[in-house]
Order: sequence, then structure tokens, then C-alpha cells
Amino acid sequence: MYPRLYSEPAEAVCASRDQRGAAVTTGLGYSAGTDDPMAPAAPTDSVRAIQGLSPGRLALRRLLKDRVTMVAFFVAIFFVVLALAAPLLEAAKLIDPQTPHPELLGGWGSMPIGPFGGVSPQHWMGVVPATGWDVFSRVIAGLTVSLVVATLAVMISVVVGTVLGIVSGAAGGRVDALLSRVIDFVLSFPQTLMLIALSTIVIDIIQAATGAPRTPASMAFMICVMGFFGWPYFARIIRGQVLSLKQREFIEAAQSLGARRGRIYFKELLPHLWAPILVYTTMVLPQNIATEAALGFLGVGIQSPTPSFGSILNDSVHYARADPAYFMFPGLTLFIVVLSFNLVGDGLRDALDPKADRQ
Amino acid sequence: MSPATASKAFLEVDNLSVHFPTDDGLVRAVDGVSFTLQKGRTLGIVGESGSGKSVTSLAIMGLHRGTRAKLTGHIRLDGQDLTELTDEELRQLRGNKMAMIFQDPLSAMHPYYTIGQQLVEAIQVHSSESKKAARTSVVEMLGRVGIPNPNKRVDQYPHEFSGGMRQRAMIAMALINNPELLIADEPTTALDVTVQAQILDLMRGLQREFGSAIIMITHDLGVVAEIADQVLVMYGGKCVEYGTVDDSFHWPDHPYTWGLLTSMPRLDRVKQERLVPVVGNPPSLINVPPGCAFHPRCAFRALASQPCDSVVPELAESYFGHLSRCHIPVAQRAETFASDIAPKL
Repeated sequence: MYPRLYSEPAEAVCASRDQRGAAVTTGLGYSAGTDDPMAPAAPTDSVRAIQGLSPGRLALRRLLKDRVTMVAFFVAIFFVVLALAAPLLEAAKLIDPQTPHPELLGGWGSMPIGPFGGVSPQHWMGVVPATGWDVFSRVIAGLTVSLVVATLAVMISVVVGTVLGIVSGAAGGRVDALLSRVIDFVLSFPQTLMLIALSTIVIDIIQAATGAPRTPASMAFMICVMGFFGWPYFARIIRGQVLSLKQREFIEAAQSLGARRGRIYFKELLPHLWAPILVYTTMVLPQNIATEAALGFLGVGIQSPTPSFGSILNDSVHYARADPAYFMFPGLTLFIVVLSFNLVGDGLRDALDPKADRQ
Repeated sequence: MSPATASKAFLEVDNLSVHFPTDDGLVRAVDGVSFTLQKGRTLGIVGESGSGKSVTSLAIMGLHRGTRAKLTGHIRLDGQDLTELTDEELRQLRGNKMAMIFQDPLSAMHPYYTIGQQLVEAIQVHSSESKKAARTSVVEMLGRVGIPNPNKRVDQYPHEFSGGMRQRAMIAMALINNPELLIADEPTTALDVTVQAQILDLMRGLQREFGSAIIMITHDLGVVAEIADQVLVMYGGKCVEYGTVDDSFHWPDHPYTWGLLTSMPRLDRVKQERLVPVVGNPPSLINVPPGCAFHPRCAFRALASQPCDSVVPELAESYFGHLSRCHIPVAQRAETFASDIAPKL
């Protein structure tokens, strides 16, 4: 019994050491790299198998092994597909977020008839008090609106933040000083207060200027404001990365070959930044979804009857005591959406970190 | 005066100084270095770490621009003063008229692009050649620097190359636009000796073919003896000895050069004597010792005609065409070398 117990952990240690060696080797290969980790090593079988793996493949392998992240990933993908399919489902009459069902309501205050806010085979999450709209349909349609707002806001943040971060870090000097102060300035703005205080006025201005209806105007407002307040975080991270990247010899080598500034910024530096960009995007996206919900809850931004997590939750708090299920179902969905995206972001960060040691 | 001023020089570095202001004080990385170089010739710059070798080369390439470095003096390439050019004019010269080979090709090549992509870029920066034509010349160049099977290797990434092959690819990248001036910053330091010899052979062959001027920066005196025509020995950011390779190895004229030569193991040495190190450490470039920067480590300062620790010696001709910077009278230096140093070599 004793020898067996002893031998098992010994094997485990060997295996983990092999993998760690591989991770460190690959990490060095594209970070510090003063010695020559990629040089042909002793041709033992285990080493040869590891040798061919690029950092990307290694990260993917780590990711695939991470069960929590993979589950979260599929959940997140499920929600994204659902959000994309929602307009089609609506066109096919499979979901129906805006047809009233007065026959399902009754009693004092038009509350849904039946347990859990009127859950039935036709209405999986029950119906909305007072109007009789199908909650499940509204959650799916709202998912689309919320995800569109959050995604577009993230895209604005990523593009602006990455470009300004690269320029700030690589150009240095006065440009860097100016951009860094701008970043500090934007970060010191009270974002929530601004959103609440300005929403009505700005949405009115957008409507007056473009003649757009209320919903697209408030969506545009949310996207712009969240995008605007999001970019400095990206810019800071990217700038920090660029500051160390630009000291690397291949940048100097590119300069010695006469490469133009734009090329160095976007063809030499940018490819090294996709990992932090990807990780940070997956972490800011759920944050934006939650922000949209929180602001909608406070009555800012997208309003009923247009469904979004914010507008649904804002509506549901009025019935929190009489019909808690109306609050619970969308709230729970929001929770799962945000959690799954967050876990994917966390998992990506761990998988892409060459120094991560998660044995 | 110096060995190369006989005809008009291709590269002329005139009183070049590169200083870095830091919080701790002014770092005098390069302090008043002058040399000339003809086409088709090779200059070896030797010195310890921190003696200003690499900074000199980066200054010639103009890569100190946009940093805090303060540069004075002149660098004339083919009659054109590089210090007076705009950034854009200088950029057009880089990689085209002058190019650089880096010490560590793994970190000097972009890890995310194939060798072919990087070399094609290097061509297209300076010409409007089509991608296909550029690729053909890249494959040809890779073959020329001795990379076997260039058609296949061109699509591989730097990490798929071995160290020697990578340095060959690096050389191909530097040579792809036929530069007239090639600066090699310790190109063989990261390589083992057999590969080192191959790379030096390759550079010599390519120099014969293209007629480029080469600056070879190294701390390996063997490499200098192998490839250079002239040697410039640097110490503490200053040139301490400058002359032809034959002179510098057979009649070295500065105590520091003596120290370098006696501390080097040699296969052809008859007597098995212990190597003599140069005692002490290289000087800090912020607090360069007053007077001759080498005086705290110099074993022969007793022979000096002037106080070594307060008066800076001038770079002066010690015998025909050979410059050195020392207070010891020339005749006495020759005598000391003949009696004390030569028997140890």
C-alpha cells in the first residue's frame, strides 16, 4: 500500500514539471528571449512533442482543459446565438414580446393568474402584470438590445483605447504626457452621475438632430457614453504593454530597416497586444451589460415597451412584492449572462498568461 | 594622419559624443570619438561592456532619435551629414544605404511574421517592387547567405530556425537592399565557434561581392583579427587606440590594449602561462575617473610623464598612422611593450 501511494504523486510531479517547463520555454521565446529556448533540445520523446507548440496552441490547450471556462464559454455562446436569433424568432412568431394577454391577468391590480407569475407551457417565465406580455419573449428580445448596446460600446472603447494607447506609449514625450492627462481627466469623471444627469437632454438632442425615434436615440446615447468612459481603461493597459514592448530589439531592428512609424505601431506592436485586448474585452462586455441594466433600472436609457435588461428590471420592481417571479426570472438570466462572460474572460486571462502556473 | 584619411572617406565620424541626461547625472556613453572608413573595408570596434561601442553604432543609424540622448559632432556618410537630416530623410537611408545586424536575431526578428514576410517588407519599404518580385529576391538572398532549401525556409517563422540559420537570415535582412554601410553589433556573440567562423566567412564573401563598408562591433579580439582592417579600441566612451589590425595586434600601444591581449587565451601560445586579467572594473560612465579614464586600472602609470589622474591625455600619433591616448612617452611605451608584454603574447 505504501509504495503505491508514494509512486502516484511522484508521477504527478513529473508530469506537471514537464508542462511547466514547456510553458516557461514558450513564454521566454517571445518575451525576454536573450538566450535561445527554441533551439533544438535533446530529442527525447516528451520534449519533441512539446517543441512544436506555438504559444497560441499552448494557450488553447490550457483553455480546453479548463472545464469551468469551457462551460461558461458554451453558455455565453448560447446567449449570443440566442440574441442574434431573436429577431428571426420574432419574425417566425416563436417569441412575441409585445402582444398583450389580458385573459391571463386577473384580480386586483391585474396580476398574472397562476403560480410563479403565471408560468405555463406557453409562457415559460410567466407574463407581465398589467399588460400580459410574455416574459420569456421579452427577456430574449431584451438580451438582443442589451448585447448590442454592450458590444458596440466595447468596440468603441477597444478601438479608441488601443489606438490612443499605442500612440501614447510608442510616441512618448509630449504626446504621451498629453494623452495620459486626458486619460486621467476622463477617468476622474463621475460616469454614473453624468449618465443620469445628461440622459434626457442628450437623448432629446440626438432625436432632434437625427429625427430618430426614442429607442434608437437612447441606445446610441448609452453606447456613446459607455464607450467614451470605457476607452481610458484600455488605453492605460495598452500603453503599459507598449512601453515595455517598444524596448524590445525587433522594434529597433524594424527602425534600422527604415520602417515607418505607422508600420511599427500597427504591424509590429499591435500583434503583440491581441491577448490583453481579447481578455479585457471579454471582461468589459459583461460589465457593460450590467451597467446598462443598472441604468435602465434607475430609469435612464432604454425604456419600456422596448425590452432590455434595464427596462425589464425597471418595470419589474414595481411588482416586486406582488409578483416577485417577474423580477426573479429576468434577474436570474442577467446574472447567468454576466457570470458566463466574466468566467470566460477570467479563463482567457489565465490561459493566455505564459507565466500562469495552475497545476 | 589616421590610416584612412589618405583618400576621401566613405564614412567619416567626427568628434561624436552621445550623452544621456539621467537623474543620477550625465552619462557620457560616447565622448569625442572620430574615425573614418572606406568602402570595402572593415573597422572593428572593441571594448568592454559599457565602453560605448553599441551606442556609437546606434548613433550612426540615428536610432537614438526620439530618446533623451544628446548627440554632438558629425557623421558624414558619402559626403552627407547624417546629423543634419530630418527624421524622414534618415529613415529613407536606413535599411537602404546603411543597415544593421543585431546580436540576437531571435529578439531582433518579429516573432509573429515569417522570415519571408519580414524580408519582403524590408524590400517594399524602400522600393515599389511587387510582392512576387520581392519574394523572388528574398529567396535568392536566403540562398546566397547559405540557407539550404530557401524556397521552403522562407515561409517559416524565426523560432523554427536554428541559431546560426537565424543569424544568416538576419544578415540577409540587412543586406537585402545592398547597403553600402553595414553595422554588425556583435553578430557572432550568441553563436558557437564553428558557426561563428561560417558567419564571418559569409560576411567577408558578401563584402567582396557588394563592396560594402563594415563596422564590426565586438569584444572578441579573435573576430577582429579575423575580419577587420582597422581597429578602434574604446574605453569609457573614448577612443584609446586606433590603427590598422596588423599594427594594433603586433605593436599595440596602449596599456589597456596590452591588458586585453594578455588576458586572451591563445591556441598558438608556446608557453603555458596564466592569463593576466585587467584588474578592476570598467568605469562608471557617470563618474568617469578624472584624467585618463583607465588610470585606476593601469599597471604602468608610474612611467607617465604627466599626472594620469588629472590631465586627460590627447589622442596622438605614436608611430606612423597609429593613434593612441596615453601619457607614457612613446619611446618608453615601445620599450615596455617589447620587454614586458611581447614575451607574454
